Amino acid sequence: MAEKNNKVLKKNSNPWLEAWRRLLKSKIGVAGMAIIVLLLLVAIFAPMLAPYDPYEQNILSRYKSPSAQHILGTDEMGRDILSRIIYGSRISLQVGLFAVLMALVIGVGLGLIAGYYGGKLDMIIMRFMDIMLAFPSILLAIGIVAILGPQLKNAMLAIGIINIPRFARIIRSSIISIKESEYISAAKALGAGDARIIFKHLLPNAMAPLIVQTTLSIATAILEAAALSFLGLGAQPPSPEWGAMLSDARSSLQKAPWVATFPGLAIIFGVLGFNLLGDGLRDALDPKMKNV
Amino acid sequence: MINYIIKRLLALIPILIGVAVIVFLIVHLIPGDPAQTMLGERATDAALARLREQMGLNDPLYIQFWRYIKDLLRGDMGRSIMSNNPVITELQARFPATLELSFFAIIFAVGVGVPAGIFASINQNSWFDNLSMVIALMGVSMPIFWLGLMFIWLFAVQLGWFPPSSRLGVGIDFTPITNLYVVDSIIQLNFTALVDILHHLVLPAIALGTIPMAIIARMTRSSMLEVLRKDYIRTAFAKGLQRKVVIFKHALKNALVPIITVVGLQFGVLLGGAVMTETIFSWPGLGKYLVDAIYARDFPVVQGGILFFATVFVLVNLIVDLSYALVDPRIQYE
Amino acid sequence: MKKIILTTFILLVLMSVVVTGAMAQQQGGTLVFGRGGDSVGLDPIQVTDGESFKVTQQIYDTLVDYTPGTTEVEPALATDWEVSDDGLTWTFHLREGVQFHDGTPFNAEAVKFNFDRWRLEDNPYHIGGEFTYYSYMFQGFPGIIQEVNVVDDYTIEFVLSEKQAPFLNNLAMVPFGIASPTAVKKYGEDYFKHPVGTGAYVLDEWRQGDRVILKANENYWRERAYLDEIVFRSIPDNSARFMELQSGTIDMMDGVSPEDVESVNSNDQLQLSLRPSMNVGYFAMNFNFEPFDNVKVRKAFNYAIDKQAIIDAFYAGLAEPAKNPMPPSIWGYNDDIEAYDYNPEKAKELLTEAGYEDGFEFDLWYLPVPRPYIPQGKFIAQAIQSYLSDIGVTANLVTYDWSTYLDKTEHQEAPTYMLGWTGDNGDPDNFLYVLLDKTNSNNAYVSEELHDILVEAQKTMDHEKRVELYNQAQEIIHEDAPWVPLVHSTPPIALKSNVKNYIPNPTGTEKLHRVWLEN
Repeated sequence: MAEKNNKVLKKNSNPWLEAWRRLLKSKIGVAGMAIIVLLLLVAIFAPMLAPYDPYEQNILSRYKSPSAQHILGTDEMGRDILSRIIYGSRISLQVGLFAVLMALVIGVGLGLIAGYYGGKLDMIIMRFMDIMLAFPSILLAIGIVAILGPQLKNAMLAIGIINIPRFARIIRSSIISIKESEYISAAKALGAGDARIIFKHLLPNAMAPLIVQTTLSIATAILEAAALSFLGLGAQPPSPEWGAMLSDARSSLQKAPWVATFPGLAIIFGVLGFNLLGDGLRDALDPKMKNV
Repeated sequence: MINYIIKRLLALIPILIGVAVIVFLIVHLIPGDPAQTMLGERATDAALARLREQMGLNDPLYIQFWRYIKDLLRGDMGRSIMSNNPVITELQARFPATLELSFFAIIFAVGVGVPAGIFASINQNSWFDNLSMVIALMGVSMPIFWLGLMFIWLFAVQLGWFPPSSRLGVGIDFTPITNLYVVDSIIQLNFTALVDILHHLVLPAIALGTIPMAIIARMTRSSMLEVLRKDYIRTAFAKGLQRKVVIFKHALKNALVPIITVVGLQFGVLLGGAVMTETIFSWPGLGKYLVDAIYARDFPVVQGGILFFATVFVLVNLIVDLSYALVDPRIQYE
Repeated sequence: MKKIILTTFILLVLMSVVVTGAMAQQQGGTLVFGRGGDSVGLDPIQVTDGESFKVTQQIYDTLVDYTPGTTEVEPALATDWEVSDDGLTWTFHLREGVQFHDGTPFNAEAVKFNFDRWRLEDNPYHIGGEFTYYSYMFQGFPGIIQEVNVVDDYTIEFVLSEKQAPFLNNLAMVPFGIASPTAVKKYGEDYFKHPVGTGAYVLDEWRQGDRVILKANENYWRERAYLDEIVFRSIPDNSARFMELQSGTIDMMDGVSPEDVESVNSNDQLQLSLRPSMNVGYFAMNFNFEPFDNVKVRKAFNYAIDKQAIIDAFYAGLAEPAKNPMPPSIWGYNDDIEAYDYNPEKAKELLTEAGYEDGFEFDLWYLPVPRPYIPQGKFIAQAIQSYLSDIGVTANLVTYDWSTYLDKTEHQEAPTYMLGWTGDNGDPDNFLYVLLDKTNSNNAYVSEELHDILVEAQKTMDHEKRVELYNQAQEIIHEDAPWVPLVHSTPPIALKSNVKNYIPNPTGTEKLHRVWLEN
């Protein structure tokens, strides 16, 4: 309601622009954006930033502690950890983005169908989502990867799948809440087709929660990918995926704690960026949205 | 209310049937089978064929499915292929370990998260507010297995304050009854064991509880802030009521519904999410066991275990829903 | 050099065994053995995993046994035996006056009961599992053991349908521990939780998933065990287990990760014991995939990998580079074979000769789980990958979970893969035939010549003749180079320094009744 009033009052101002301004004013949002931009820059300019080839191993100098030569030390294969973390940013960002993109497309599609058409279709789709939500998600992901084989792309797929229900639910509830509203009825009366109503009217209205959920989901997707890789089900060696870098660190915890420490910090940093941005966006897009 | 509960319970049935079907499909779609894991490197064709025949794995899938559903309806989850124990026995032995761990994790999460959230909300924008919210944000952004590793490195390896793994030290005389070790040691008045058990619980419970703690702290804070802005609270303050009374009696009570929701949901998530913690701390719980069972293709265990987990999870959610009514009489169920 | 150090080390260990053996043993005490997992079951014939055998070996005895630390066969429940000239009838004379833990007398009837239970599918007690090792060693049910006859109370006779040269060695294997007929009948399907044998230890309590507690058998037919009690504790993670050892809550552990070997050696509270090697870790190339059908490519790979460097980095030096598919500890090992040394130049030449001077790309499958022969498959695979890239070949690393990995390699789906083998019974047949005969090989290696030799050796009872045949077999394999044999590892076991007289067996598990604790 508030937004409608705003529209009437300031005809020229675009609500998205408004939100963007609010975002720029929020410390949290700006910090999140800064981290993400930094990560993107690191990912793009990795070859220039990394002091060593992240794959070059030297099994005679394994587990070297941090020094001027190797700022973050070397790992179990004698590789430079800093260079691997730098290159790893590429993988983690990709995994987060693609997995969530997949969940977004499928989840939104299912949610739209369920919410818009209702009836049996709605019941079947949402029951299926309930079933998926009843699974412990990490076990579901492990099962899916076990079927497809442990590879990064399969882990990405599994993470995408377990995130579908959340998107479907958001879209569905937002659509149901406005489906019966006057202006949708008006659009229907004017002869607008289903597609037009969905893409012109319903989807834009669900945009705010969707953007927030997407940002926060990228954060969890990065964590989930790291967990799967840690269990040996994601990125395969010699890939410098952050979670995979941790997977063998346990056996060297006594001898070389830095092998476990730094990739973990990298994960926190990256995930924090998306969480901060998500928070900032939530405040900016709709100050009244619930913080769950 | 009773009708509502019955309705909700009935609605769970199709969901659980769906879970059962999907679990069956997943475990049978994975290549390899228990015969393979049992024989290991010794899996020659002939040996495998013999073993599969004996295990009934050569039957067509629909026959195996029919057998599984029929047994399930009779309440029989079958026997574990690896251990030959009834699946129900395995669940009874392992689930209490997960439950105990999750319970202490949630105690930690609530015990730290709620006070921190309240304190932050009444001192909005103070250094404490900012600091605790930064910590909370870090908490949600942290891979739990990494936190576990760091805990082990710092508190077990470097400082030696806490044991790095398992539920009970060697040489402690203790007989489990319910497999909830804390409960068992208390009813047996075995305090040496109790101390040791709690000592083992500290690191994994804190590691597991950190993410929920962060979420609960944030939720408490924002929900308190919202209530504190409400007119009746302002009025209460204006009327000169004591600050403590207003905050704890009026504000907190109203902020409680969303907090309970989050706590309940987190508890459900914890039960399933204990997998990583159990892996890191060699905790003999159900999560880790099910992962191993997936790898070993122990079909009956995976099917029974996940179905059990799902049941617990949906029941916890139901209880959370119902508990709203207790906190907030305005909510009515029809 | 490394080899010399290793040999010296083994000698020192053996000497210390002799020296401590001469010291006054002390009676009593509890030994806590930390290990990677719980036993699956305690009925040895129903299980296949080392964690189960580790315990059942204490509870049960077999007809014949391996002399500690070797795979030589010595009397146990059978005092002596003879075999007919045609090699088909074996007669065993049994030890008198032996009792099972439940008081049931041990005699020929008991032995027959056990064998009938194992081999006859219609036997009422052929329940509770798959009897995997029986069908595996004796080829199905009833398999080659056609008849089991009670001659008198303490004499039993086995009639075989075909000759089996390693028959005696097979009977010494842990799965063939003799169980009390009374207990088997009493517990039926649940017997695996209530094991009753004749061994040095009696099951006191088994807390599944956590620990197995054994108590000394006061009426053991050998000398009573020194230790009063053994506790086997499961601590799945290698490093967590090692921390427990360091903090003193366990007395010994196996599965020491190579990263921790150094800390054992530098800690005077701890000692390291090495299990004599009876295994091989290898890298196999599948003949169905180009270019691995080309022997020059396979030989090039053999020259390309620096095994010693791998051993230094990932085995803490505790392994021997392999040149044959079977370990030198087994008789019949052909030491005259000249190993393919580490020589990248030669490897490149061979690739060029084969027409692959520009290299090629392929999938390299690595082990998803730690095995005694390859404790860190992921690391070693990456090292191999890097060696191969030095000769211009690109390897993509692939893995699956263990069950799938075995399934797919078994179906020859892997272009190249890492795998290994731990010997069952100390017979060369158990390596060469099982791994490389055309009926068994997982990498589509088919050599008729090899097949003929291996089958002939199975049917030959004359030892010298068998040695000769196996020597020939190894030459053929060396020339065909179906694998890169990587290592024979000596898996390390870490113990507190007050644990005395522990002698690890090459077979992977051993009896602990001669182990004692110094106060």
